[in-house]
Amino acid sequence: MVNKIMTLEQAVADVRDGMTIMVGGFLATGSPEILMDALVEKGVKHLTVIANDGGLDAGQPAGNFAGKTARGVGKLLEHHMVDHLIASHIGVNPKINEQIAEGTLRYTLVPQGTLAEKIRAAAYGLGGVLTSTGIGTPMEEEPDELGRPKKVLEIGGRKFLLELPLHADYSFLRPSVADRFGNYMCAKATKNFNYVMAGASTCTIIAPEKLVEIGEVNPDIFQVAGVLVDGIVEGEQRWQI
Amino acid sequence: MADLKERIARRCAKEFKDGEFANLGIGLPTQVADYIPEGVTVTFHSENGFAGIDAIATENPDVDIINSGGTYVTTIPSVKFFDTAESFGLVRGGHVRATVLGAMEVAENGDLANWIVPGKKVAGMGGAMDLCSGCPEVIIVMLHTQKGAPKILKKCTLPLTAEKCVSKIITEMGVMEVREDGIWVTELHPDYSKDDIQAATACTLHFDPAMKAMEEA
Repeated sequence: MVNKIMTLEQAVADVRDGMTIMVGGFLATGSPEILMDALVEKGVKHLTVIANDGGLDAGQPAGNFAGKTARGVGKLLEHHMVDHLIASHIGVNPKINEQIAEGTLRYTLVPQGTLAEKIRAAAYGLGGVLTSTGIGTPMEEEPDELGRPKKVLEIGGRKFLLELPLHADYSFLRPSVADRFGNYMCAKATKNFNYVMAGASTCTIIAPEKLVEIGEVNPDIFQVAGVLVDGIVEGEQRWQI
Repeated sequence: MADLKERIARRCAKEFKDGEFANLGIGLPTQVADYIPEGVTVTFHSENGFAGIDAIATENPDVDIINSGGTYVTTIPSVKFFDTAESFGLVRGGHVRATVLGAMEVAENGDLANWIVPGKKVAGMGGAMDLCSGCPEVIIVMLHTQKGAPKILKKCTLPLTAEKCVSKIITEMGVMEVREDGIWVTELHPDYSKDDIQAATACTLHFDPAMKAMEEA
């Protein structure tokens, strides 16, 4: 049986400057904190990050409770490691607009549901998806994240945007429970992008809060197939407020 | 101002029938949940990942449960959690019957602008574009004007969130429906006359023959 358990150093050893990474989480809820810390430690630069948002900045309230450190993608932004952020919302973490103003960060906005579908298309082998989200808005006029013009298709008298798949080099995800094969589930509202991002990248690494032995729990609890997971790191802690 | 917003939220709460599934935006739309009438159960969608939002968690929050604004919240017993793909599948599929949102501008054909002001700090649309194009009904709750300037216009000047999506507008002055031939006032608040509401609006309003006084919950 292949051993997917690795150290944090091993997990990020092949992440190089200029790579594209996906990070699970919604305003850092469900983000793999120890993997973000490992990327900061490694000091990799010029990343393209695909995530719902830019996480949280140090000292920013986490929900309605004050936070102390940056969280999720916020850690990468804090250390100026991101050149291009592809996200649905960039208004919460103030570092984003600061770095845009400084000219060190560029961004591509994608509507939240469309972002999930572009990633899902990459994971599940679709040539793209058709959605009416964005018709009549700047999404129809503006090029996509790779500078390609959008195509509008009319089907049954209704207009749709053709949204193309979104791939990355790495997906960094945070399950609540995983087994040693990589089968996993995410509790409650931590699912967000942590399911679709598995398999949308060349390499998928997970940082589960709880790691169980194969066969230890009812396999029906798992939502994502371990065959999509390349590496598992231990040590992710439940968020403390 | 707080009273006017409460009036809007109370009136909007009457839009829902027992058993419906709906989405409330952050801010004034969120307040609508506080005034849902007794005996009516609405399942509220939190687009970041569940159906069945209850209230803000004031102490000992479950750190796995935030709403789409990043605030820790509680859930109802029949809650269903899901990932972003399923969440927006429910939206695009028209299964979230209505979304309640604020607006910067609404046009007489139902065009909505509520996500970006060119030249200002960029926040992003989040799920607003998906919600506005996917939900069968888009209800706008807002103060009728912004610093005296009309927000209901002949044509939006700001980039759109979605085109021809708004079905109803609820302000402190009244309730308006967007129909094929323009905006029709169906309820007018007793504090205002037809001339008042028209003067605060930058497109021609039609007054429904069955127009009545604006009801509050």
